[in-house]
Amino acid sequence: MSGADGLYRPGDSPLHRLRPQVKIVALVGFTCAIAATPREALWAFGTYALLLAGLFALARVPAAWVLSRSLVESPFLVLALAFPFMVAGPPVHFGFITVSEPGLWAGWNLFAKATLGVWAALLLSATTPVAGVLAGLSRLRCPEILLQITAFAIRYAHLTVAEVTQMRLARLARCDDPRFLWQASALARSLGVVFIRSFERGERIWQSMAARGYTGRLPLEVGPAPASALQWGAALSAPAVAGAIAAWTAVIA
Amino acid sequence: MSDLALHIPTDVIDGPTSLVAALIAALLIGLCVVRARRGLDERLVPLAGLATAFIFAAQMLNFPIAAGVSGHLLGGALAAALLGPWLGALCVTVVIVIQALLFADGAVTALGLNVANMALIATFCAYGVLVLALKVLPRTRWGLGAAVFAASVVSVVAASAGFVLQFWIGGEEVGQSFGAMAAAILGTHVLVGVGEAVITAGAVTAVALARPDLVHALRGTRLAQNPRTLKEHA
Repeated sequence: MSGADGLYRPGDSPLHRLRPQVKIVALVGFTCAIAATPREALWAFGTYALLLAGLFALARVPAAWVLSRSLVESPFLVLALAFPFMVAGPPVHFGFITVSEPGLWAGWNLFAKATLGVWAALLLSATTPVAGVLAGLSRLRCPEILLQITAFAIRYAHLTVAEVTQMRLARLARCDDPRFLWQASALARSLGVVFIRSFERGERIWQSMAARGYTGRLPLEVGPAPASALQWGAALSAPAVAGAIAAWTAVIA
Repeated sequence: MSDLALHIPTDVIDGPTSLVAALIAALLIGLCVVRARRGLDERLVPLAGLATAFIFAAQMLNFPIAAGVSGHLLGGALAAALLGPWLGALCVTVVIVIQALLFADGAVTALGLNVANMALIATFCAYGVLVLALKVLPRTRWGLGAAVFAASVVSVVAASAGFVLQFWIGGEEVGQSFGAMAAAILGTHVLVGVGEAVITAGAVTAVALARPDLVHALRGTRLAQNPRTLKEHA
């Protein structure tokens, strides 16, 4: 995580040009389809992975970047590895190791769905700038107050993160190198200082907003642009295919 | 352990449970907005925005737990102590939504579960413990530190207990080993919670010494001064 820019990769692919609200709806649809697919339908997961790989190629996002970002789910992979030993059921033998068959399926299910879910979410964050995501959420009737708080948070997160980084450098320059938790008091105190600065900055910002006539809502009359039917159709084709596969496998199983 | 977060990925918890959690979370966040606005009026947007930016930056700060192992804050107890439960839960919620949509951390279908565990359960449990502890403990530097310490440990363990509960309702059937799994998850998070608690207690005490009016848990009172500084004032 560096700064508050998200994982956006600037570019000019068809996916970058899609309106953000369309992409958010497509992401939710696709993730639901992944979640609803029965775990035994291996070919369905393969198709989803191919579909996502094709979209990543279309957006010109390198595979190495996707794989390194997928590590975010690694704590849950520990759980996936533990399932074959925990879940009760008929045993399967691999040399010296005996595991349960339903447990293997459960571990696979967690691994496959978590990975595909992260990939789908990465596709949105790689092709949509932060302001775009907020505009899309606003088109989707997300409560305005939450969006305003989020916009402020993202705008000032750059500053706060820079302050934290600067303080870390200052501590390092003075040979502060805590190796154990009880040595970390300077770190805790600098966190306190950052809070005081952030809160005071918030009050100053509010005062200058009040001085410019702020009464509780931002005077933004220009809403984000709507998406055309063509855009909706193009973006929703991926979750539609995934949904069809999920429904098909559920009926067959 | 550098990124040991509790952000739940796709389909670890089944659809109905996620949906119920999302509905409860949405209702409670609506309540948080109403209550936070009651205290701040039109100051809500800039102050909550900056507080969220602070929680966001605080989560990026890695602290050492033992040689070579480090963790980062969840921030629930920090938000509860400094901002109060309503505004605090609101800020942590915004951080979780940003991480799901901009950093692909946690599935969009599990957003309700993640918000319920890390923003609502963690912050409100921390605040409950904090209020109770401050009734018993003296309002000194050490009293406040101990109260925040207890609140942080409880908040992290409660958040992981939230996950264990959701897993019990809508997760994989693990039968006999559920107890072992729950014990492993809760045990790990007691350790994570102690790390979180040391940093949070240090940070909140530092704020309380410099600007006691900014620590919501103190409700406007100052810390009792120790005799030495009183003598210096006299």
